[in-house]
Amino acid sequence: MRERSVDLSLIYLDQAKDSHVENSLENIVEQAETELKLADSLSALENIRVSYLGKKGVFTRQMKTLGSLPAEERPKVGATINQAKQQFQGLLEQRKTLLENELLSKRLQEETIDVTLPGRGQSVGGVHPVTRTMRRIEQIFNRIGFDVAMGPEVEDDFHNFEALNIPAHHPARAMHDTFYFDEHTLLRTHTSPVQIRVMENSEPPLKIIAPGRVYRCDSDITHTPMFHQVEGFVVDKNINFADLKGVISEFLKAFFEKDVKVRFRPSYFPFTEPSAEVDIECVMCEGKGCRVCGQTGWLEVLGCGMIHPEVFGHINIDPDEYTGFAFGMGVERLTMLRYKINDLRLFFENDLKFLRQFN
Amino acid sequence: MLVNEAWLKEFVDYSIPTDTLTEKLTMAGLEVDSVNPAAEEFTGVVVGQVMSVDAHPNADKLRLCKVSIGTGDLVDIVCGASNVRVNLRIPVATVGAVLPGNFKIKKSKLRGEPSHGMLCSEAELGLADSAEGLMELPDDAPVGEDIRDYLQLNDTIIEVDLTPNRADCLSIEGVAREIACFAGSDFKPASAPQIKSTLDNVVNVTVEAPADCPRYLGRVIKGLDRSAPTPIWMQEKLRRCGQRSLGPLVDVTNYVLLELGQPLHAFDLNKINGDLVVRRARNNEKLTLLNEQEITLDKDVLLITDQQQALALAGVMGGASSAVNDQTQDVFLECAFFTPITIAGKSRKFGLHTDASHRFERGVDPELCYRALDRAVQLLTQIAGGQVGPLTDVSSAECLPSQQKVGLRFERIERVLGIKLKEEVVESYFTSLGMTVEKEQNQWLVQAPSYRFDIAIEADLIEEIARLYGYDNLPQNSLNVSGCLASVEEKIQPLDRIKDLLVDLGYQEAITYSFTDEASLKSLTPKDEVYRLKNPISADLSVMRTTLWAGLLQAMDANIKRNEDTVRFFETGLKFTLVNGELQQQQMLSLLITGNVRPEQWGESLAEVDFYDVKSDIESIFALNGLAGDYQFKAAQHDALHPGQTAEISNKAGESVGYMGLIHPALESEFDIKKPVYLVELNLSLIQSQQIPVFEEISKYPSVRRDLALIVDESQAVSDITDYICQQKGLIQNVLVFDVYQGKGIENGRKSIALGLILQDKSKTLVELEIDELLNKLLINLKDSFNAQLRG
Repeated sequence: MRERSVDLSLIYLDQAKDSHVENSLENIVEQAETELKLADSLSALENIRVSYLGKKGVFTRQMKTLGSLPAEERPKVGATINQAKQQFQGLLEQRKTLLENELLSKRLQEETIDVTLPGRGQSVGGVHPVTRTMRRIEQIFNRIGFDVAMGPEVEDDFHNFEALNIPAHHPARAMHDTFYFDEHTLLRTHTSPVQIRVMENSEPPLKIIAPGRVYRCDSDITHTPMFHQVEGFVVDKNINFADLKGVISEFLKAFFEKDVKVRFRPSYFPFTEPSAEVDIECVMCEGKGCRVCGQTGWLEVLGCGMIHPEVFGHINIDPDEYTGFAFGMGVERLTMLRYKINDLRLFFENDLKFLRQFN
Repeated sequence: MLVNEAWLKEFVDYSIPTDTLTEKLTMAGLEVDSVNPAAEEFTGVVVGQVMSVDAHPNADKLRLCKVSIGTGDLVDIVCGASNVRVNLRIPVATVGAVLPGNFKIKKSKLRGEPSHGMLCSEAELGLADSAEGLMELPDDAPVGEDIRDYLQLNDTIIEVDLTPNRADCLSIEGVAREIACFAGSDFKPASAPQIKSTLDNVVNVTVEAPADCPRYLGRVIKGLDRSAPTPIWMQEKLRRCGQRSLGPLVDVTNYVLLELGQPLHAFDLNKINGDLVVRRARNNEKLTLLNEQEITLDKDVLLITDQQQALALAGVMGGASSAVNDQTQDVFLECAFFTPITIAGKSRKFGLHTDASHRFERGVDPELCYRALDRAVQLLTQIAGGQVGPLTDVSSAECLPSQQKVGLRFERIERVLGIKLKEEVVESYFTSLGMTVEKEQNQWLVQAPSYRFDIAIEADLIEEIARLYGYDNLPQNSLNVSGCLASVEEKIQPLDRIKDLLVDLGYQEAITYSFTDEASLKSLTPKDEVYRLKNPISADLSVMRTTLWAGLLQAMDANIKRNEDTVRFFETGLKFTLVNGELQQQQMLSLLITGNVRPEQWGESLAEVDFYDVKSDIESIFALNGLAGDYQFKAAQHDALHPGQTAEISNKAGESVGYMGLIHPALESEFDIKKPVYLVELNLSLIQSQQIPVFEEISKYPSVRRDLALIVDESQAVSDITDYICQQKGLIQNVLVFDVYQGKGIENGRKSIALGLILQDKSKTLVELEIDELLNKLLINLKDSFNAQLRG
C-alpha cells in the first residue's frame, strides 16, 4: 500500500511540474479516497495518513515544490495544495470515524453479557431478630439521651431482689422462678439489678437503658428459660408519672411506627410505686379481639412505675430530693408483635430458615 | 382467682354490665384474665320429680319413670341412671329442650317404650366435666321451675389475676369492696353472725410462738349429721369459684375462705390427743400431710401439734392423722392469723401451694378471724346441725400487726403524679377506700382499715390516689431532657459495628442458651471448672457455658440435619468460668464456620472453607479497628482444636485474646461432625479497642515493588519472616505474601515463599542502587536469622 501511494505521488509530481496543478491534485485526492476506502483498519489508515501527510508524504513534498515557482504563483498554488490537503484530511477523518465506530460496535457486541445471570460473591448474613429489636429500642431511647448500661447475668440476691425491695419469701419472688447456684447467687430474673448497679456507681441525673439476657426456671410453649429484657430508668429532680407516661407512649408509637393506642393500668412491682402495666391496642386485630390478645383487644407489652423510695434507700439516693421512673419490657414479646412471629421457641432454635427472614 | 357476679352482688349493689365491670376491675389494678358464663347455653330444662320407677320390659339397665314437671300430667321418661328413685328431684330436659352441644330432645322410644324427655346429670348440663349419675336436687326444689332460674345459671365467672399486694381482694367480699369503690355502689359487708354456744367442750390451745401466730381462735362442734349433703346453692358457688364439693365440712371451710378470704382448718376432735400447741417444729420432726406426703421439718416451720404429735403445717395444710372424713361428727374448727413471714416460702419449700398458704403468705386481715369463724360455724350448723362450744381465743396483742397512720405530704401528689388535686378530692378518695383522714399542717395522716395492711408508706397512698383518679386520666408529658452532651468514646469499637462486619461477611447471628450440658463442656474445655445450677430445668441445661462453642455446635448440628450445607454463625455473650474459685463472667465473640467458603454459584467452583478463610474474617475485625498489625496469631494448643491447626491470638500487650482453629478430629463423632468445622472464640473486651487515627504525610514519590522468593524450612512460620522484614523500618512500607510452594524444584523439608516488598521514600524517588543495597543486606540478615535462601 505504502509503495503504491509513493508511486502515485511521483506521478503527481511530474504532473505538477507540468503546472497542471489543480488537475493533478484532484487526481491525488481521488486516488487517496480510493485508498482510504480500501483501508480496513486503523493502522492501515495511519499508513495512508503518513504517506500523504508525513515528512515525506505527498502533500509535504508538494509544498516543498512551491519554492521553485515564481513568487506571484506561489499563493495560488499553495492555496490549492492546502485545499486538497484539507479535503484529504476530511476524508481521512470520515474514514477514521467510520472505522472506529465499526470497531466499537464490534467490541460492544463481543463484550455483551447476560445481565440476568446472578451476581457472584459472598452472601450477606444477618443479626438475630432479638438483636434487631434491641437495636431499635436502643436507637429510639438514644435519641432522647439514654445511655446503655450492662450488668452481670450471674447476680447476687441483693441486686436481683433485696435492693429492689423483694426481701426473702416475698410473694413476688414466686413470680420469678429463679435459677440458683447457692443461697445468695442466682441467674438474674430481670434486668432491674442493672438499675441498682448503675445507681451505686453514678449520681443522678440518670437516663439509662439496660438490655440483656434474663433467666427464669420455666419452660413451655410460652416460656423459655432464657429470654431478653430491656430495662430503662430515669432519675432526676423533677421526674413524675406524667413523664413516665410520655416516654412510654412515645416509645411504643416510635417502635411500632404507628399511632398505637396505649393504656396504663395499675399493677404491682415491689420496686416501683405507683406501678403500671402498659397495654397497647392489639397490633394483630387492631383491637377487635383475636387469639393473640385473648379476645381483649389489648396486649400487655411492658411494666413500669415510679421508683420505690425503698429502692432509693438501698443506694443512698434521697427520695425527697430525687424521683425517678423505671420500666422493663420483654424483647421477644415486642419482636413477636412487630414481626408477627407466632412461636417463642423459634428464637433459640437458631434455625437458619428462621434467622434469614430477618436479614 | 375466680369470682362470680351473682355472689359479688350479694355484697355490692351494682348495675353496670359485665364488660364495663371487667374494664373497671382491670383499670383498678385487678386484672381480668377471662370472663365465662357460669353454664353453657341450654334451654327447656326444668326441675322435675320422679313419681314412679318401673322396670323396663326389654332392658335390664333401663327404667320406666313417670316424672312430674309441674304441668299436671306426668311425663314418661326412660332413664338408665343408677341413682334414679321415687321422689328424687332432678333436672328434666323436656321435649324441645336444647342441651349444650346443640343436643335436641325429641319424643322417642327406647327399646319400644316411649320417652318424652331426659333426666339430666351435671355433665349433660355442662356444669361438670363428668358425672356418675343424675344431678340430685334438694327436696325443696320447686318442681316445674326452669333450672337456669333455680340454679341462677345466668351468671358470669370472672377470673381475676391479683397482684401480691392486693391480698385484701382474695375473696368475694374483697373484690366486692373494690367494685363498690369504683362503681360508686353500696357495699354490703357480711354481718357477723351471733353464735350461742350450746356445749362446754373446749380444746385448750397454747401458742408458744406468738410472733408467728398472734391470734388463734377455735370452737368445738359436736354431733354433726354425717349424712347431711352440702346444699346445692353452696355447691354451685363453690363450683363457679373452681372448687369441687367434698362434703359439708370441707365445703364450709372452703366457702368461708372464698367468701371472706379467711383460711380455716377442721380437726377431727376425736383424733386430737389433749391440748393443742402452736410451736415451731424441731429439726427432723416428721409430719404426714392430708395428701399422704410425709415431710421432714425444721425449726423454720410452724406447727399445730397435740400432746403426742404434729397435727398440721400451720397455714399450709393439715395432717393426715387428725383429718376429717365422711365419718367425722365432732370437730375442732381452727381460725387463726399466722404472720406472712412465717408462712412465706413454706409452700414452695415443700412444693405445696394451697389456697390457705397463698392467702397467709400475702396477708390476711387479723381482725377477720372472729367473723370468719362464726360464719363457718353458722353455715356448718345450718347444714349439719351439731352443738357448738365456746370460743377459744389466744390473741397476743403485742404481736398483732399494728397499723400506723401514714403521712402524705400535700406537695408530693403533684411531685410524683404531676397533677394538682383539691384537698376534698383527695380526702374523698381515702374515705371511699374505708380510710380515715386527719389533716395536719402540711400533710394528711391516713389510717387504713385492717384489711388494707399493704398501706404502709406515703407512696402507697399516692398509688391509691392514682388508681382512683384513673391512670388513663393522669397527664402525659414529653420528657424534658436535661443534662449535657456526653463524649463519645471513639477508642472503643461498638459491638454493633463488629456484628455488622460479620453480617457483611456472611455470618448469621445465633443466640443460644447460656446453660448447656456438662458433657459437651467437658469435651470442649476439659480444664475449666463448671459453674453448676442448683435447680436446672433439665440435665442438658444444667451448667453455665465455659465456651459459646457448645451452643453453636448444637445449633449447627440442627441446621445440618435440616439440610443446610453451610453454616456461618457468630454469637456474643458471657462465658462463665471459675478461676481460683472465683466466678468470671466474660463477654465473648464466638464464630463457627463449616461448609463452603462462598455459596454455590456459577463461574466459581465450590471450595470448602479452610483455616485461612476464617483467619481473614478475624483479621477484618482487627483491620476495622485500625489495629491489624497489633494482633499476633501463634501456633498453639487447645483441647477442642486440631493441634496442627490452632492459633492463639494475642494483642500488643501480650494478652491472650482467644483461639481459632479446626475442631479436633477426636471430637468429630461426639458432635456428629462430617465436614471440617472451624471455631473461633475471642474475648470481646480485648478486640473492641480501636485506633484513633493520626494523619501521616502522604509521600509524593513513587513506591517500588520488589519480589523475593525465599526458601526456608517447611516448619518456618512465615509471619516471623514478614514481621522481621516489617520491623526493618525505613523504606519498606509493606510486605505481602503472594505464594507459598512446596514440591518439585524445592528440596524436601523446605518451602518457597514469595514475598512482595513495597518500598518508598518520603523525600525522594528511590534509585536502583539504593534498593539493591537494601535488599542485599536484608537477604544476608534473613539467611542468618531464618536460614532463608534466595530461590535461584
